[in-house]
Amino acid sequence: MTRDQDFYAALTHLSKTAYVPGENKRLYDKDISPLKNRMARENKIVESLEKAVELSGLRNGMTISFHHHFRDGDHIVNMVMDTLARMGFRDLRLAPSSLSDVHAPLIQHIKNGVISHIETSGCRGALAKAVSQGLMDEPMVFRSHGGRAAAIEEDEIHIDVAFLGASSCDPFGNANGYSREGEEKSMCGSLGYARVDAQYADNVIVLTDNIVGYPNVPFGISQRLVDYIVCVDDVGDASKIMTGATRFSTNPHDLMIAETTSNVIVHSGYFYDGFSLQTGSGGASLAVTRFLREAMLEKNIHASFALGGITGAMVKLLEEGLVRRLLDVQSFDLDAAQSLKNNRFHQQIDANYYANPYRRGAAVNQLDVVVLSALEVDTSFNVNVLTGSDGVIRGAVGGHPDTAAGAALSVVVCPLMRGRMPSVRERVNTIVTPGDTVDVLVTDQGIAVNPKRPEVKERLEKAHLKVTSIEELAYRAERITGKPDLLPFGDKIVGVCTYRDGSVLDLIRNIT
Amino acid sequence: MLFVPGNNPGMMSDAHIYGSDALMFDLEDSVTLREKDAARLLVYHALRTIHYGECERVVRVNPLNTPYGKADIEAMVAAGAEVIRLPKTETAQDIFDTEAEIERAEQKFGIPIGQTRMMAAIEGALGVVNAYAIATASPRLVAIALGAEDYCANLKTSRSLEGSELFFARGAIVVAARAAGIDCIDTVYSDVNNEEQLVKETQAIKQLGFDGKSVINPRQIKPVHRVFTPTHEEIGKAQRILAASQEAAARGSGVVALDGKMIDRPVVLRAQRTLELAYASRAVFEEEEL
Amino acid sequence: MKVTTPASAGTMESGDILIEIESIDQRAVEVVLKSSVANEFGKQIIATIRSAVEEFGLEYAVINAVDKGALDCTIRARVAAACQRATGTDGFDWGKRA
Repeated sequence: MTRDQDFYAALTHLSKTAYVPGENKRLYDKDISPLKNRMARENKIVESLEKAVELSGLRNGMTISFHHHFRDGDHIVNMVMDTLARMGFRDLRLAPSSLSDVHAPLIQHIKNGVISHIETSGCRGALAKAVSQGLMDEPMVFRSHGGRAAAIEEDEIHIDVAFLGASSCDPFGNANGYSREGEEKSMCGSLGYARVDAQYADNVIVLTDNIVGYPNVPFGISQRLVDYIVCVDDVGDASKIMTGATRFSTNPHDLMIAETTSNVIVHSGYFYDGFSLQTGSGGASLAVTRFLREAMLEKNIHASFALGGITGAMVKLLEEGLVRRLLDVQSFDLDAAQSLKNNRFHQQIDANYYANPYRRGAAVNQLDVVVLSALEVDTSFNVNVLTGSDGVIRGAVGGHPDTAAGAALSVVVCPLMRGRMPSVRERVNTIVTPGDTVDVLVTDQGIAVNPKRPEVKERLEKAHLKVTSIEELAYRAERITGKPDLLPFGDKIVGVCTYRDGSVLDLIRNIT
Repeated sequence: MLFVPGNNPGMMSDAHIYGSDALMFDLEDSVTLREKDAARLLVYHALRTIHYGECERVVRVNPLNTPYGKADIEAMVAAGAEVIRLPKTETAQDIFDTEAEIERAEQKFGIPIGQTRMMAAIEGALGVVNAYAIATASPRLVAIALGAEDYCANLKTSRSLEGSELFFARGAIVVAARAAGIDCIDTVYSDVNNEEQLVKETQAIKQLGFDGKSVINPRQIKPVHRVFTPTHEEIGKAQRILAASQEAAARGSGVVALDGKMIDRPVVLRAQRTLELAYASRAVFEEEEL
Repeated sequence: MKVTTPASAGTMESGDILIEIESIDQRAVEVVLKSSVANEFGKQIIATIRSAVEEFGLEYAVINAVDKGALDCTIRARVAAACQRATGTDGFDWGKRA
């Protein structure tokens, strides 16, 4: 159609405007240089972290985020915070998906006023201890993985700038925790938690030690979401990001708990061809995978999918055909990362897909069985995975409350005692997962079923598994250890533990 | 029977949870000479305080010809050990001497005479030769056991995978125990990581006639139990034999028949033993399985 | 009974407690405790040590204890062993509270 009077009249009628070359400044200009030149020149790579920070428009008081896929090998958080401190930033609000031992240098940044607030899934080591002793003016806010995803999606956490480390990234921002282009320096597998940040942050800076050719497929983070790319020497210490394969425990307590747990699952009513499951990475819950494998082989039962943090043990089940699909929000070991890289039935998912409580489609809601470890469990089945028996922060909420609420059957495992500390007790130090979402507790000295699930108890008893009351387990522990004294808590609130919807489950006070 | 080193409190507090039938607290070879006093006190306090559930509590004391044997026996009888295990038993006299010490301790602490039972470990050529005399030396004696390491050293040989060096001793001990009407327990298998060989060895000693095996690690309990647990077919057959025998008895007939075949008395006894084993190892019975 | 020589019993392994008795001239029982579970059980551990020392019949002692989560029965056994060694006796009364 020619652009005559009729054309413009028709557009007016349709309330549309006509295309005028060069007028819309938001459009990218046509670039006639070959891709190979563009990859070198017109890409998103900026020369330094400082430059990327400047371009992002970061100001004092803003919220920045990180992911924890590099675990204790992470170099990104400390590197970025040192840089921001040097650049003179103050009162920054940190919203990493989690923190670990390696992040002790943040203590100095908190003391110097660079960081004023932290929200995270977990905190460990010297930083956790300092926070427990009252280091921060504002309490640390703890969220589950699903709770964090929901808070970001609902803009309860508004991320101004996300600093996301990646094991590989092409010049236009397709980033991942591995690369099919040769050898990556440091591999972490899934970037599940980082993907939510990339999607919702105003500015996304990818930091990588491995620029690969375009397009870096498959990608964990899409080029559509990335603003700047910074090349760094090392995103992390490869040896601490991942171990070869998570080792099977030979601890007889763990093995006994694992074997009992496997028996519980088999007789729970949720062990059928096509069932779905998630097991954690702790000694006992990891070993469950091995015992369950024997039961699956024996009874010719296959799982439709396994979810969550994926381990080499789970990969083995996939390779044997016992599990049909893996949904991987976080790869726990090198075997899992390698499998994500090479196996097409091993799918990377993000934290929203994994556990967002407001999404009916969250994969945790499709779980039959989840096995979760615990630091403490109380007689109301409330679980603590965040604070130690000494009251000091030393763990992570993780996906615990998400999977317990989502799965048809949640099984919590822990030894009855750890040394002299009773793990099953009248009251946990910090409620992380509410007892009404916990169905079965398996200890090395007995099984307890939540009175809310009498039918499960009946099935287990019918299979000759010895079920006792949780009060009896707590009593048995206390009879051996004695009753612990009240902890020397102070008046200052140092931590707020939230549930999946952001409501407060429990408060953590300072320990003197 | 799970072996628990006597000077290791970490292992002592929950040794009973792994499902072994008995616990053997050791004051002898696993405890250094300097720590004999401390281990004795530790096992004493543990036995008096910790509830070991259904596990039988056995203590291996030091021999009476050492400076520790007498005090060990006194302390363990006072602590309420159910069985005193005597190591390196060579002659019936060793049993008499130990029994005298046990009886003295029972008198001293007001424990009914004869309540504390005994087990004798045979760990040398002389002990093997005297096995029957040892097995019948005291009514307190409930079992004799083989200790292979010392025995092999004594024979001037070493342990092998197939265990031919132990063949005679094992046979002699089973025969002596059966003749005396008491139990016999085989030696430990010390490579914790080799479950396959543990199972092989356990199958072999079960076939020889042993009632049980000593284990040094909780991980070994299940494989040993699996060997000693009768299969569903064995249990089913045993149940049918016993039913036929009871029926014959009810009829006042001495002749037991099953499926048209005569059944001898030893077969009935063996069926009884199969069911006892099944109960002891908590095997799931066929009709109850889902 | 009196301390005649410094002595110790126990180990620093998990579930155990190391009890050291010094031979300093002291007219009371003094207990210095380091424990991995001090917040929860410190007071109870010190009370158990004192009671075990008293039970043994030792009047004066300076006791350094390093605890790795030992149960009460272990603490009592280690204190008794250290007391025996420090006093050069082996007169533990096996028959008490029968």
